[in-house]
Amino acid sequence: MRYTFLLYSREADFANVPPEAMAEQLQVFGQYIGALQKAGVFVDTDWLQPTSTATTVSLATGSKVVQDGPFAETKEQLGGYFVVDAPNLDVALDWAAKCPAAKYGRIEVRASAMPPGQK
Amino acid sequence: MTVMDAQTCEARLSQIARVSHGRLVAILASRSRDIAASEDAVANAYRAALEVWPSKGLPANPEAWLMRAAKNSLVDKARSAFSRTSTSLYDDSGEAMEIPMKDPDSEFEDLPDHRLKLMFAAAHPAIDASIRAPLIMQTVLGLEAAEIARLFCLPVATMAQRLVRAKSKIRDVGIPFEVPDREHWPERIEAVLEAVYGAYSAGFNSAAPDQQGEPTTDERCADALQLADMLAVLLPEEPEALGLAALIAFSASRAGARLSSDGKLVPLDEQDPYLWDAQLVARAAEFLSVAAQYGVMGRFQLEAAVHAVHADRRRTGQTNWSAIVHLYGGLLTLAPTRGVIVARAYAVSKWKGISDGQAALGMLSDEEIQTFPAALVCRAHFSAESGERIGALRDLECAIKLLEPGVEQRYLQTKYEALRSTIL
Repeated sequence: MRYTFLLYSREADFANVPPEAMAEQLQVFGQYIGALQKAGVFVDTDWLQPTSTATTVSLATGSKVVQDGPFAETKEQLGGYFVVDAPNLDVALDWAAKCPAAKYGRIEVRASAMPPGQK
Repeated sequence: MTVMDAQTCEARLSQIARVSHGRLVAILASRSRDIAASEDAVANAYRAALEVWPSKGLPANPEAWLMRAAKNSLVDKARSAFSRTSTSLYDDSGEAMEIPMKDPDSEFEDLPDHRLKLMFAAAHPAIDASIRAPLIMQTVLGLEAAEIARLFCLPVATMAQRLVRAKSKIRDVGIPFEVPDREHWPERIEAVLEAVYGAYSAGFNSAAPDQQGEPTTDERCADALQLADMLAVLLPEEPEALGLAALIAFSASRAGARLSSDGKLVPLDEQDPYLWDAQLVARAAEFLSVAAQYGVMGRFQLEAAVHAVHADRRRTGQTNWSAIVHLYGGLLTLAPTRGVIVARAYAVSKWKGISDGQAALGMLSDEEIQTFPAALVCRAHFSAESGERIGALRDLECAIKLLEPGVEQRYLQTKYEALRSTIL
């Protein structure tokens, strides 16, 4: 079963992180990705630009509306995600707990609702 | 096989379902990982039984018959879902239609294992804490949503909706049906123990002759006793699992003393201690003493300890009420419930007198008393003892209205009438 880890944290906490610390973080994440790959559970990941750069698109009102900014203002923001393929929720939760982002933020684990064969 | 009429068939089936429902669902769910679909399959098996049994007669092993019918229904549903959407309900490997399952007769050999897996899945930390025990009661122990709602003081619709939601989550997010590693047991054991205790209580309260029926010991009490025993053996390092096994064994030891020969309820302190099952009492005491060695007090151990003090009456001829008051004091800090407050107030009155008991019951507001039968009965007892018979009658009447029909209600009815005759 595929699981997506949505990584939430407070962007404000990272506004003034010095470049060395940032490089160190990248390395830590690199190691985590390596561990996921080695275990054969890694599917995908990305690290996102801050919500201040977000653009929201919708056709829900009938016509295309493009707006500057995120869909909703929240205390913690979505900063990245991982997709893993794990046999069950317990295995997925164990991997989520090992994610470096869990140390400073929250990780929402969501199972895939996509019918098999269509991923 | 004997042919029977539809009414007899229905009666037999409901009798069988009472014991088998939870077992059938546990086995099917631990195989299919879909609790709701398993429950539907068992319901379909009941329907099939009602159609077939009247003409073909009761099968030699009705439970295995139901198992086979339910399994077929589950597989059929998986097949049709597969052909309709090209997706399987149970797995995403594409070859998932076949639900791995042994011969229906031998499935029951692994029953404890299936039930344990289902219990741990329902007690998973990803499931809302307040619905874990109800979910176990429904799926593993076979209680009905209405009964569970009553035990948890919730509207039936609310409870039913939460149960449905929890079952969907278990299926949709892939909560494993496995007995987890030991390190995960402590976080899950609380809900499991609470559920077993709840099922025992539900069985206990209905273990009574109905309006016309014979006095019976409820099968669910026996089932809960067995499960509690199993958990205590599996989890010998969990003092609360031992505490629960002790608590249930103590309570079960009094099954033979709880009803008089004409089916009337006999309160604990009026029971003949020589009617208590000495073997069960000894086993309970053993569990409790093993639990005590860990030096970690818990709710079930304290409640079991209260029972142990009562059980001692057989040896000493009297009840040590001050010890009971102290144990309830401990329960007040660990698990303060209305039930504990009422039981403590009664014990205080036996130890120090009615007015101290009344003061102890004062921990509850009038509104809390008005909605809780045990509190009303306790207050009525205090009132009657201090000469306020009108107030006592009023409280008894309220309690009778709140209770479901059964031995308890009839006991209060008798009390009410006896008290009223002293006034008129």
